[in-house]
Amino acid sequence: MSTPSDDDVRNVIIIGSGPAGLTAAIYAARANLEPLMFEGEPSSTSDQPGGQLMLTTDVENYPGFPDGIMGPELMLNFRAQAERFGTEFVTDKVTAVDFSTRPFRVWVREREYRAETIIVSTGARSLWLGIENEQRLTGHGVSSCATCDGFFFRGHHIAVIGGGDSAIEEATFLTKFADKVTIVHRRDELRASKIMQDRAFANPKIEFLWNHTVVELEGTEKLEGVVVEHVETGERSPLPVTGLFVAIGHKPNTDLFQGVLDMDENGYLETRSGSTATNIDGVFACGDVQDHVYRQAITAAGSGCMAAIDAERWLEANVHAAAPAGASG
Amino acid sequence: MATGIVNLSTATFDETVAAADGPVVVDFWAEWCGPCKAIAPILEELAGELADQATIAKLNVDDNPDIAMRFNVMSIPTLLVFNDGEVQKRLVGAKGKNHLLEELDEFLPGSR
Repeated sequence: MSTPSDDDVRNVIIIGSGPAGLTAAIYAARANLEPLMFEGEPSSTSDQPGGQLMLTTDVENYPGFPDGIMGPELMLNFRAQAERFGTEFVTDKVTAVDFSTRPFRVWVREREYRAETIIVSTGARSLWLGIENEQRLTGHGVSSCATCDGFFFRGHHIAVIGGGDSAIEEATFLTKFADKVTIVHRRDELRASKIMQDRAFANPKIEFLWNHTVVELEGTEKLEGVVVEHVETGERSPLPVTGLFVAIGHKPNTDLFQGVLDMDENGYLETRSGSTATNIDGVFACGDVQDHVYRQAITAAGSGCMAAIDAERWLEANVHAAAPAGASG
Repeated sequence: MATGIVNLSTATFDETVAAADGPVVVDFWAEWCGPCKAIAPILEELAGELADQATIAKLNVDDNPDIAMRFNVMSIPTLLVFNDGEVQKRLVGAKGKNHLLEELDEFLPGSR
């Protein structure tokens, strides 16, 4: 099997390297489709090669690991498995796409790549509060990565914003360093799984501030406190924290596909029921970029497998059946 | 200038940063930080490619917490760019190679 050059039209290009994209790569590579994967570029947010699990610690619900596994280790295993069967990786972000004619084209800055099919698995990224001073204080008390920055908050009082699994996991992790962690949540109950909730309620370092949101961040050189607001009464009060970790939800990474692929009002890609097909014939979507319901590593991986099989069957029907073998490189 | 990444410690930090001829980029990192590991190979490449223009160094915050504290590093990776011993720029968070080169460009002398 020769390695295709970048000028060739690839069978499949996969954009995004979380559980969905890497599973699609494993299946596509084992089907001899020689997938080319754009895995993204390093970052300290979830928008990085490996995706959201790169910022987590213990993953306890991924089947096959009875003692749990660290998120980054799990994703490096996924990648090694995809590489073993011949996936080619580009460690960069796709900057533009053109799916209006075939072969489809994607660009990384000026460099063009072409493929018969595309699998979109760009996932979702964490939302920020979007309030004043947030970006300025990032790295100075405001953090997107508990596993990276927890160490610097020994003895601090930290606020974690949110009520889902991510928020509770971060809060629990941060109690290893902080004196006190206050979970600020806009509702009066958590969305997190029961086992995570029970752990948080049992942790003496974790306190809850229900029905509140953070409206102001204080501090010039570094975070010195926040102002919280009651969601019903509007009453404001100070919370003297020196660390802030935001885990209020996710936004799909679909900016690249605006006006190209059909999406819902929140930007999630629409796929045909029971398949990974998008509105463009030959373009498939899998993982969190098209799933705002389940959003688990295992469901992402499952839909990645579906996308690879859908792409393989599409190639059989539309490309390999119509052209002699080897026409696509 | 130095070839390869210079491994700094509390004992060597000031001397190295002050004595360098040209900019010094210090990567504050730790073993347990995923994004730090992700940029480590990029910094190795830069140390080679920019060998004539800059010193690329790293400092382990676990082993040298005093230096991290002195420069208010509260998030890693953080890259500090020094010139004549003074901090010129602070880059918080991991970035891809192209982005790092863009950020460092203003400090790099033209080809000699």
